[in-house]
Amino acid sequence: MLIFEHSRPGRRNYSQSPATAAETGNIPQNLLRKRPPLLPEVSEMDAVRHYTRLSQKNFSIDTQFYPLGSCTMKYNPRACNSLAMLPPFLARHPRAPESTGQGFLACMYELQEILKDVTGMAGVSLTPMAGAQGELIGIAMIRAYHESRGDAARTEIIVPDAAHGTNPATAVMCGYKVVEISTDKEGDVDMEALKAAVGPQTAGLMLTNPSTLGVFEKNVAEMSRVVHQAGGLLYYDGANLNAILGKVKPGDMGFDVIHINLHKTFSTPHGGGGPGSAPVGVGKRLLPFMPVPVVAFEKGAYRWLAEKDIPQSIGRLSAHMGNAGVLLRAYVYVRLLGEEGMHRVAEFATLNANYLMAELSKAGFEIAYPTRRASHEFIVTLKDLKEKTGVTAMNVAKRLLDKGYHAPTTYFPLLVPECLLIEPAETESKETLDAFVASMKEILEEAHTQPEMVKGAPHTTPVRRLDDVKAARELDLVWKQT
Amino acid sequence: MSIPNNLKYTKSHEWVRLEDDGIVTVGITPHAQELLGDMVFVETPDIGRKLDQGEECAVVESVKAAADVYAPISGEVTAANPDLETAPEKINQDAYAAWLFKLRPVNVADLNNLLDAAGYQKLLESEED
Repeated sequence: MLIFEHSRPGRRNYSQSPATAAETGNIPQNLLRKRPPLLPEVSEMDAVRHYTRLSQKNFSIDTQFYPLGSCTMKYNPRACNSLAMLPPFLARHPRAPESTGQGFLACMYELQEILKDVTGMAGVSLTPMAGAQGELIGIAMIRAYHESRGDAARTEIIVPDAAHGTNPATAVMCGYKVVEISTDKEGDVDMEALKAAVGPQTAGLMLTNPSTLGVFEKNVAEMSRVVHQAGGLLYYDGANLNAILGKVKPGDMGFDVIHINLHKTFSTPHGGGGPGSAPVGVGKRLLPFMPVPVVAFEKGAYRWLAEKDIPQSIGRLSAHMGNAGVLLRAYVYVRLLGEEGMHRVAEFATLNANYLMAELSKAGFEIAYPTRRASHEFIVTLKDLKEKTGVTAMNVAKRLLDKGYHAPTTYFPLLVPECLLIEPAETESKETLDAFVASMKEILEEAHTQPEMVKGAPHTTPVRRLDDVKAARELDLVWKQT
Repeated sequence: MSIPNNLKYTKSHEWVRLEDDGIVTVGITPHAQELLGDMVFVETPDIGRKLDQGEECAVVESVKAAADVYAPISGEVTAANPDLETAPEKINQDAYAAWLFKLRPVNVADLNNLLDAAGYQKLLESEED
């Protein structure tokens, strides 16, 4: 039921407390609205109950295990939120003079420095307002670099077939032709395909490492050499940074530019449509092209660097400086963790993933890349199960909802048929992981003994299986008064 | 799954039929639609567009994924299937009937470079491993 359906004409949230009508003061008559806006008319109690009920129906990381991990819903410590909400931060105006915002600027400067250190890059700009914008700006800087050298022949960006779909989309948005290269049986980029693809036309390579297949590209140093030798640059997609946080620096792997999805690794909101944030880190070659503003510390004071300080900057991405509140949450998180804490994030994220992979393998699940150690995530393929029982990866995912778990990523990456991409993240305990394995084992048995029941899942959730085909074909998001 | 002998096939799972008037009709194979699942959106190329062999020219989107469709041979687009805009599920119902677009080939002999039914059958078997 929607909040609009609770609406009754004339019902107000102040019905028990006499309130005076709002003062319209000296607003000219012709600017006053004639009719009230079409908002739901409910009491405060109605509104509280409505949203509390919705939250109870919802799966959330506050109540249940999300094996989507940093991909989607890593646990964000409460402190990050409460400290970012300190009144002076909230009251700060983005156009206030630098002299009155030194505390905030200090936080941003330190965040830049910490991200530089953890990624091994020469500079960081915090201004991109989402992962997609970070990617776009990363490739735009590669383009600006080649153009500044008068190198107009570079028209291609190389993208492995295992990449997130955003990578080729970004390259196309920046005016490049995408060259796709294949993956070998071990889950690594096919080096022969890469060598065949590079040339004087190569602007760069976009790579996620660890890859979407949940393995660390063994040949990354060689890949870096091959691309650089051809005159191209290397772009690091920070989607899987959680696995190597504080352990391996993308800068040391030879990357020239990186975007970091703060929501994936650094405790900022995700899954509600934002607000997003994706700082970009650059190596020395791309420093002159960084988007502005960037915070500098000079003569004992912090200030914004603008176009006059970075004249070749590719420009601004927002009216001010990015999503300040989101950046503050990330700042609190990196300060809470410190260097030691970051190492622990990577260690426990990979330990949890490898433990879960080993236990699920013992429980009879087929691992897509059994010879490889998992990074922070791994892939189970249910191709055999589907052939034997008709139960698909989607059915297993839906049945997990009945057992009290959020479903892992399904049918991605596309290279592996009937796959579940499982990522526990560093915050889950062994007890939670063991309980998850036990539930997965039960589902495997149910698939053989009662396949129709599994295919009909979920059975215990507030809504049963949704018709996602109908929803996609007949998209209808607007409530209309009837 | 039937793999008709009168069609040609690509490694990227398009089927191609040479018509009597020298035009070729292109669709995706039943195998491709089965992998993708329920179709929700189809984008076909503009009529008059000149395509090179292997060029991305159409998109089929299912609840699971969006996939590019490639030009099996070089040619000019002469028609696009108007039914698929409102009824993408026709591809799921009969992938050989729900054609995507038609091409006037630059060189009809290019068809000889494509897989025949036996070759496509072999490709499917090798992908099973």
